[in-house]
Amino acid sequence: MLAYIARRIVYVIPIVISVALVCFLLVHITPGDPLVAVLPADASQELAAQLRVAYGFDRPLPVQFGLWLWKAVNGDLGHSIATGRPVLTEVMRAVGNTVTLAIAAAMIGFSLGLFFGLIAGYFRDTWIDKVATSVAIAGVSVPHYWLGMVLVIIFSVQLNWLPAVGAGPGGSGSWGWDWEHIRYLILPAITTSVIPMGIVTRTVRALTGDILSQDFVEALRAKGLRETHVFRHVIKNAAPTAMAVMGLQLGYMLGGSILIETVFSWPGSGLLLNSAIFQRDLPLLQGTILVLALFFVFLNLMVDIAQAAIDPRIKRS
Amino acid sequence: MNISPTSVISDAALQAGPAAKARGYWATVGRRIVRDKVSMVCACILLAIFLSALCAPWLGLADPYQGSMIRRLRHIGTPNYPLGSDELGRDMLARLIYGGRLSLVIGILPVIFAFIVGTSLGLVAGYVGGKINTAIMRTVDVFYAFPSVLLAIAISGALGAGIVNSIVSLTIVFVPQITRVAESVTTGVRNMDFVEAARASGAGAFTIMRVHMLGNVLGPIFVYATGLISVSMILAAGLSFLGLGTKPPEPEWGLMLNTLRTAIYINPWVAALPGVMIFAVSICFNLLSDGLRSAMDIRN
Repeated sequence: MLAYIARRIVYVIPIVISVALVCFLLVHITPGDPLVAVLPADASQELAAQLRVAYGFDRPLPVQFGLWLWKAVNGDLGHSIATGRPVLTEVMRAVGNTVTLAIAAAMIGFSLGLFFGLIAGYFRDTWIDKVATSVAIAGVSVPHYWLGMVLVIIFSVQLNWLPAVGAGPGGSGSWGWDWEHIRYLILPAITTSVIPMGIVTRTVRALTGDILSQDFVEALRAKGLRETHVFRHVIKNAAPTAMAVMGLQLGYMLGGSILIETVFSWPGSGLLLNSAIFQRDLPLLQGTILVLALFFVFLNLMVDIAQAAIDPRIKRS
Repeated sequence: MNISPTSVISDAALQAGPAAKARGYWATVGRRIVRDKVSMVCACILLAIFLSALCAPWLGLADPYQGSMIRRLRHIGTPNYPLGSDELGRDMLARLIYGGRLSLVIGILPVIFAFIVGTSLGLVAGYVGGKINTAIMRTVDVFYAFPSVLLAIAISGALGAGIVNSIVSLTIVFVPQITRVAESVTTGVRNMDFVEAARASGAGAFTIMRVHMLGNVLGPIFVYATGLISVSMILAAGLSFLGLGTKPPEPEWGLMLNTLRTAIYINPWVAALPGVMIFAVSICFNLLSDGLRSAMDIRN
């Protein structure tokens, strides 16, 4: 097991460096001078040249990347152009809110997905299966930002039950797990949960169907095992794959929250990314994407290790 | 798909023999999908949306760009405004139908481009193997380290708003996914006897890939790509929704959803209409892709 973990970690290192390279290069594919955002419109040639030296833009690209990477490893992602605060501080504060949203959405989406997937797989080709698969396909096909709008129309505009935007009564300040705050979480969490719900349902349905058609299930039943025991075997066999899919979905929720956070003005990493893009705050853009991508890589690593830990078949291969 | 000509020829030529034997693989797939009710309904809906978008200028619709300050945000069912009017008094029905043009183009083109690029890369990686395979597949791995929404937004955020940039960024998102599928399918076919035979008879690598392998790997990759269209439609409209794709005043569903967002307190259901179109196209492509997948799985 330890050897497996060590091998996976070694394999992740080149990925992490390449991810950093992609984030670094993002700024250099932007049209125009990377200085445009910091430079006043009427800046003289000399000032531009001075700033270019000050920001290190005069050096060759590989040197710039090396310096940037070294700073990033030491926790320095530069300063936001818009606010002047360190990028890492801004990103970590926002990521906290995104994690809150993702966890709430995961609880809704995964439990519904597991439930629908299991009953659909168990009662294949009955009306239960048809209903569950329809819900799942709607979940993966719906433009979630639109669903968010529709939920706001119904529950905020028409019924006036839940707030439409924000993350708490006192602005985006501090989050707490009380009803006053949770009210703000309900609509964005439901909206975020539909895609994972659909994907988990489809995965678990296919897995359950597959496992139930295998010979060993026949053998268990022939042995006289009660259906609840058979069910336990199904769960055991489906768990590794289902868990991997759920881990990946959690990563997508953390990294792909920009559309939903924009709809609900949820003060997370997605909204931060949105403002970084439109204020052309390149250090903030670069830093947010780097942190989110590293989260995703780390989560994938954890999923792989956890999967190997509960599934003895993986370590052998 | 060339379903009918093939079946006509085979029926005529082989009337004496059993028809099932004479029918080719694609003809069988075609027959199976035509019999699938859900797929056919989806195909009809998509066809209707495609045709109306294509023929929009000849449908006698109102001008989708012509606004009116005194006729803003009319409700659904208002005379002369069957689906209401938007925040600038433009006819919603006309804008929804004209909107299909850009929305479908920016949603489908990335998948077509990625299909071409990804299939070529995957075919080369899978057939040639060795160092070239390692180089291509490790590069693909890097893109897998980003959640796809994040990657799309990062690239188009860096490139700046615009239709071309949004198509480019979505293509970059889908190329790695298609490459992975193409590579694994190609690796499976590469050591089969007929490829071996072609190699033994002196065919070059390019000829083998083009003549002998492409036809055998294209099916599964195509099905995978049709499944991506739904994601691509949602993401492309999403980019416009964020202000990273189409620019006003062009009618496009994602952008319309964005500009109407402020109107949800005045006329909520008109504001939600563009999303219905995105949803309809996306779900139809998903169901059609599922239908195609099970139709191609002849063994069951």
